[in-house]
Amino acid sequence: MVAAPPVAVPAASTRERPSDRGWRGARHSWRQHWELYLLMLVPLAWFAIFKYVPMSNAIIAFKDYYLLEGVWGSPWVGLKHFQAFIDNPVALTLVKNTFLLSAYVLLAGFPIPIILALALNEVRQGLFRKSVQMVTYAPYFISTVVVISMTILVLSPQLGFVSDALGVIGVPMPDLLGRAEYFRHIYVWSEVWQTAGYSAVIYLAALAGIDPGLYEAARVDGASRLQKIWHVDIPSLMPTAVIILILGVGNVMAIGFEKAFLLQNPLNLGTSEIIATYVYKVGLLSSNFSMATAVGLFNSVINLVLLLMVNAVARRVTGSGLW
Amino acid sequence: MVSAVTRTQVAEPPEPRARRGSSVPGAPRRQDRPRRMRESGVDRVFLFLVYLLLALALAAVLIPLIYILASSFSDPLAVSAGRVFLWPVDFTLRGYQTVLSDPQILTGYANSIFYAVVGTLISVTLTVAIAYPLSRKDLFGRNVITMLIVFTMLFSGGLIPTYLVVQSLGMLDTRWALLIPQAIGVWQVIIARSFFRTSIPDELTEAAQLDGARDLRVLWSIVLPLSKPLLAVIALMYAIYQWNSYFDALLYIRDSDLQPLQIVLRNILILNGASGGMSTTDAVERQQLANLVKFSLIVVSTVPVLLIYPFVARHFNKGVMVGSVKG
Repeated sequence: MVAAPPVAVPAASTRERPSDRGWRGARHSWRQHWELYLLMLVPLAWFAIFKYVPMSNAIIAFKDYYLLEGVWGSPWVGLKHFQAFIDNPVALTLVKNTFLLSAYVLLAGFPIPIILALALNEVRQGLFRKSVQMVTYAPYFISTVVVISMTILVLSPQLGFVSDALGVIGVPMPDLLGRAEYFRHIYVWSEVWQTAGYSAVIYLAALAGIDPGLYEAARVDGASRLQKIWHVDIPSLMPTAVIILILGVGNVMAIGFEKAFLLQNPLNLGTSEIIATYVYKVGLLSSNFSMATAVGLFNSVINLVLLLMVNAVARRVTGSGLW
Repeated sequence: MVSAVTRTQVAEPPEPRARRGSSVPGAPRRQDRPRRMRESGVDRVFLFLVYLLLALALAAVLIPLIYILASSFSDPLAVSAGRVFLWPVDFTLRGYQTVLSDPQILTGYANSIFYAVVGTLISVTLTVAIAYPLSRKDLFGRNVITMLIVFTMLFSGGLIPTYLVVQSLGMLDTRWALLIPQAIGVWQVIIARSFFRTSIPDELTEAAQLDGARDLRVLWSIVLPLSKPLLAVIALMYAIYQWNSYFDALLYIRDSDLQPLQIVLRNILILNGASGGMSTTDAVERQQLANLVKFSLIVVSTVPVLLIYPFVARHFNKGVMVGSVKG
């Protein structure tokens, strides 16, 4: 290994010079670092092919896509598919289901990790704290398929222990998975079960970074534990929490396909059919590529607008945003 | 529990030593931190509630896991009769025998190992190849490229347009479809870039350059050996992603010989497809065995991830931290 030199060398090229801008800078940079540019070539091609080509392929939302004609050869149809989607009575249900499900996820999934982190932070370092942290973190590593299967098994009226527990107190077990009104609760609380411990980690790190002087000052002022949480911990968590909330709200319409699809059955479709699962069914199962792309694009655009709006509001209100 | 409340409320011991003895049950009090001052009664009740909350969280996560584990070793009749909770009843290994003799499951297992290993190698290589140049402060155009990459996080073409790309590349129904289209994670690129930027001193790079090393040599001989923690974090992230994902296989793979374990799991666990290794013909018994197989299968598929988890968790935390550094 090369040892670090005792003195910094001024002529070295790792620092940007003001003159290195414009085409001269580009030429200079290329001569110096052509190896790095070549290194980036494959990943950049990957981004072009798997991220930007799909974006341009999305124009089939404005066309009638025919396999033989290809993306560019298919005839333009304007907003036909968007119109068809909006006129379809299903659209309203889909948007409503998607929005309500995400909002519920956010409502439960945002505060619980914060509460968990605050609680863990009150407890001294030791076996108990370590085990709570390790155990609550673990479900994050379990696959969605397995989490859903576990949920189904545990809540099953025949097999699960929940029905046995209810049986002890004489309450009959409803078929939770077969009833549309329970779908959102099952989705959200299995999500919380799986991710709360993981999401708490980032808050724990923020709490660990708090200046001990603040606690000292609070102690001198005779603050109770609750007051310390309220006046020291929570303000310190605010910047992190705001960013996570923005990301959450910004993703409200982008809720994942995987889980809803796995939890779906014919009996709960009324609440479990969301935009993502609809796009999959229309697009790949019914091969209506243009329609599915239009619905997906509609959703992506709403989402992007939401994210920009929330970010703007957050910047104005709290002074911190994503960018 | 009730007595614990009253004790914490009543006890207002004058000296620290006595207080240490009367801690809330289940709460190890190893060392007294600066918080040595007298705790008021309110604080003690509050602390008790905190412990209670955490104990409930612990139980809520742990009980379903133990229940699955216990059921997987129990006679299926005992499970459906509701006699199994946290300890196996009528111990049996039949579920595991069936799982481990099922060719479909074994193929899925082998495929998933392949996808995890090869996919992770590809992903880590590509991630480093883009993240390292972008971390160099003297590289012209790095900001534009970074923005183009981050933008893909905010907006995407969508499911079908991506499918069309994979289709036109002839990757449908090949192993490539699971290895390439999701190979790079933007988040991992950001983590890696921040790591290279903050953990590799500029002076080191400059010294190597003075010694005549070109960029690739610097990356290979200096940066990568210093980046083992980072490589561990992103490799584990990719590996766990590969092991756990099923959606890409659902989209792109039809051939059952190429399916990863998660698809097999979905077929058996959620769609209630029969697993091939069942030898019995009696319908009732087959149903019982099918239930038992579900529990065993969950354990078998999840154990590898949970076994490495304690080693991984520490690194993952670090990864979350590195990624949270802005800029």
